[in-house]
Parts: sequence; structure tokens; C-alpha cells
Amino acid sequence: MTLVVEKPGLLTTVQDLGRSGYGQLGVSPSGAADSVAMRLGNLLVGNPAGAAVLEMTLLGGSFLFPEGAVIALTGADFGASLDGCAVEMWTPHVVKPGMKLVLGGTKNYARCYLAVAGGIRVALFLGSAATHLMSGLGGFQGRALRKGDVLELGPRKKRMEPKKVSQAVLLHLKPRQKLRVTDGPQSELFSEEAKQAFFGEAFRVSEESDRLGVRLEGVNIPVYGAGEMITEGVTLGAVQITPSGQPIVLGVEQQTAGGYPKIANVIGADLHRLGQLRPRDEIRFQRTSLAVARALWIEQERLLNNPAQLFV
Amino acid sequence: MVRFRAASDQAVLVYLGDEIALAANERVLKLLRSLEKKPPKWLRNVQPAYCSLLVTFDAWQVAHEEVVGALREYEARSEKMRATKRKTVKIPVCYDEEFGPDLREVAALRGTTPEQVIQLHCSPIYHAYFLGFAPGFAYLGDLPEALATPRRESPRRRVSAGSVGIAGKQTAVYPFATPGGWRLLGRTPTKMFRAGRIPGPLISIGDAVKFHPISREEFFELERA
Repeated sequence: MTLVVEKPGLLTTVQDLGRSGYGQLGVSPSGAADSVAMRLGNLLVGNPAGAAVLEMTLLGGSFLFPEGAVIALTGADFGASLDGCAVEMWTPHVVKPGMKLVLGGTKNYARCYLAVAGGIRVALFLGSAATHLMSGLGGFQGRALRKGDVLELGPRKKRMEPKKVSQAVLLHLKPRQKLRVTDGPQSELFSEEAKQAFFGEAFRVSEESDRLGVRLEGVNIPVYGAGEMITEGVTLGAVQITPSGQPIVLGVEQQTAGGYPKIANVIGADLHRLGQLRPRDEIRFQRTSLAVARALWIEQERLLNNPAQLFV
Repeated sequence: MVRFRAASDQAVLVYLGDEIALAANERVLKLLRSLEKKPPKWLRNVQPAYCSLLVTFDAWQVAHEEVVGALREYEARSEKMRATKRKTVKIPVCYDEEFGPDLREVAALRGTTPEQVIQLHCSPIYHAYFLGFAPGFAYLGDLPEALATPRRESPRRRVSAGSVGIAGKQTAVYPFATPGGWRLLGRTPTKMFRAGRIPGPLISIGDAVKFHPISREEFFELERA
């Protein structure tokens, strides 16, 4: 079983939940930027939630399935069609041998996921199929897909139950303009004025954003004494303020250590929303407590592990 | 002294000192080893640095207070651990201008000659404080005071793999072609990160590292090998 790349799109990579636990080697987890959409896609086609999928960015590609497949599209809507017929998202589809899936430019968010029953088969690097673009490791030959690439698919289950992600769940998990954050490890080094600017104003996502980080443009956040610090480990979703006063929110392919002060950190339950930000999107930050953040995380994980509630 | 601080809703930073110094880094290493020896169920990732350790945990299982409590115990136990064994890594570097575009500038900034810069860079046995930034990127220190130079004002968009750079009192080898703001003195033909069957970095945290100069001919010969 194979998937043939006829057009790769803007930036299409093999991703899964990433490789956690290799920080001491300088290796960040990588993995799907919107892991919630990725997991739901896999569940729809009968895969384990962490199977390898294709992550497309802003502009999708076209793919051939010479031996057929069962697929599901989740995340951003890239206006997909299968042999010319529109493909509904968040539900599985049977692709007959030789059919072609064509995706276009995004209609709403940054990333669309293509899950295939059986999963995408690549050699694992440190236990994960995720592509780490910066180092050229993992995924399909350590790089974004190109025209003519042929990807192996895993064996799929015989029976497939038709199902759909419920509207209520989609609404609950939907990307939103406000990202919730907890205090960062250097929050107290920032002045009241800096915090007011950070929480009071909207920021625009810069064109230079990628899987490493979302660069923001907007009001200047004064750093003062917080500017110089000893390099330390940094987390996914950390909001660093650079010496120029602009925030960078670290993404899945983040550097593992850094020396910029962090004013805040995106909460776990909003990390998938961070992964759906597009250049020129406007966002705001909303402060929350560690306890609320944890409660939201547990609520979200409970939902994602409860098929009865997820699907109709 | 040990300080804890929430880094995110799923991570705690443990500070074991407040300076770039061997003693603090040794404590980081010991805590890292004690966590590796008997990893708690909720442990997701550890990221050591100069004098801190970032601990990411599974928020489904535990909250910050429990993590901090457990880490306190790990830290207390780790103090009794013996100093970790270190290996010595020798790295050949070609300091040719083609590979070290900032060598002359560093010499000029420090009022010395390129030859002297090379000699100074090759003289210490460096300590690998930690790996970070990119896979296999080891922060090595301390650079001789006479070489300490700030980063470039604007980082390069692309630094070739194997490039040897300096920044402040640190030196490092870029394992992969990445953007980078360190001043480049030369390049090594040695692979800093193996991607094969048993992947891993050439330098591990706590290792001793020594650079030695090689000619262009030797560089290309080693690169081919």
C-alpha cells in the first residue's frame, strides 16, 4: 500500500506525537503542531491516536493512492476534493484504487492533517516518525515531501465504522483568537507597564513564523533588566521577549534552550491552537492560573480519550 | 541552594545555582543522573542547562506541588552521588579562512593575531555544560578570557554543519546547518550527531573536549573518510 506525492504543497511533512525525553541530547520533541487534530484524524480511520500522518501547511498537495486507502482530513480546511468531488472533513472516506486527493489553499487556519488507515510508514528516529526539519532527522528522509515521493502505508483493519467528530467537540476544540497563558519563569522581572502591554494589546503573527516558533509583531514590550540571563531549558509554548521587545512563542520544533526572558507560557490545552496560527492572524493573551490550566488540560484529555463523546 | 519555579502548566525549572560555574553544573548533572536512574512515572522530559534543569511532567498524573516535592527528594539524594565519569572528546578543526569567516575579526577585536586566536582556542580542555539549541549542540566552556567576544549583531541565516563558533565565554560546534549568531573560527569534518541505527551526539553532557588544528588537506581527507 502506498501514497504517491503528485504535488507536495507548501510544506508537507510526516508527523506523529513527537519524541519526548531526549532533551539532554538537545533534541526537541517535534511532532504535529496541532496534535489534537492529528489524534482525531487517526481515531477516525481506526489508527492508534499517535500513528504517523501528513501535516500540510497553508497550501495542500495532491496525492495518489494506487492501491486505495481509507483517509480522514482534520485541522484546517484546505478545500479538499477526491477525483473532483468535495471531501467532507472530520470523517473517514474510502479512496478507491487510483483515486486522486487534491487540496488547495487554506480557508481558515494554518495546518491540515491527512490521516491514512494503517498510518504512514517511515523508519523511526529516537522512537518517533516525526520530521525534525532543522536537523534533517526523522520523518521521510528528514525533509518535507517532494513531487514523486512514494510513501509506504501500514496494514489497515478490515472493518471500518463510519463516524464523524461531533459538532460540539469541534466547537470546543476550535482555534480561538485568545490564547490562555500562565506566568513564565521570568514574569516577575517584567515591569507592570510591560505586563499591561502584553496582556492588553493584540499581536499580529509575523510572516517569519514556522514550526520552530510563532513570531509576533505589535506593541513594544520593554525588557529592562530582564534582557540578560543565563541560558536555560525552554518549554513548548514559552513566550520569549527578544531584546527588540517582540514576543516569540516557541513551537513544536523549538530550540531546547534559550537565553531570552519568558513572560508567559501557553497552557497545554491551547497548544494545538498555537499550531493553527497563520501569518497575519491577530491574537491576544489571557492570563490564567496553574490550577485552572491543569483542570482545562485534564478536561481536554478526558474528552480526547472518550470515543463515545467524540464521535457521532 | 535549590529553587523551583513553574515554567509552564506542565513544567518546573529547578535552579541549582545562579552562575555559569562547574560546581552548579555538577549539581545539575547529578540531579539528571538520579532522575535517569529511577525515573518517576510522570516524567516526560528533562532539559539540563548551565545551572538549571527543566523538568516536564504529565499533568494528567500530577500537579506542580507533587513534582516539586518529589524533585526535592531526588535532589537531596543526588548530593551523595559521586561525580559522574566523563570521556575526553578530541575534535579536529580547520581554521582556514574559508571555514572561519570571523577569525580575523575576532583577532582584531581582541588585539591579537589569527595564529594566537587558534592557539588560544585549542589550549583549554573544555567542559561540556549541556546540550541544547539543536540536536548534539554542546555548550563548551570556559573560553580563555583573552578570546571572549560577544555574538555577532545580526545572526547568519545559515551556518554550515561542523562550524566552530564562539560567543561570550563559550564555544561550540554547530552539528547541523542552522541559523546562528556565534562568531565562526573554523570547521570540523567530524560528525557531531550520528543519525544511524543508534543515534546520539558525539559530545555528552559533562564530557571533556579538546580542539586541535588541522590543514585544509587533512580536513577534506577526514571528511571523505
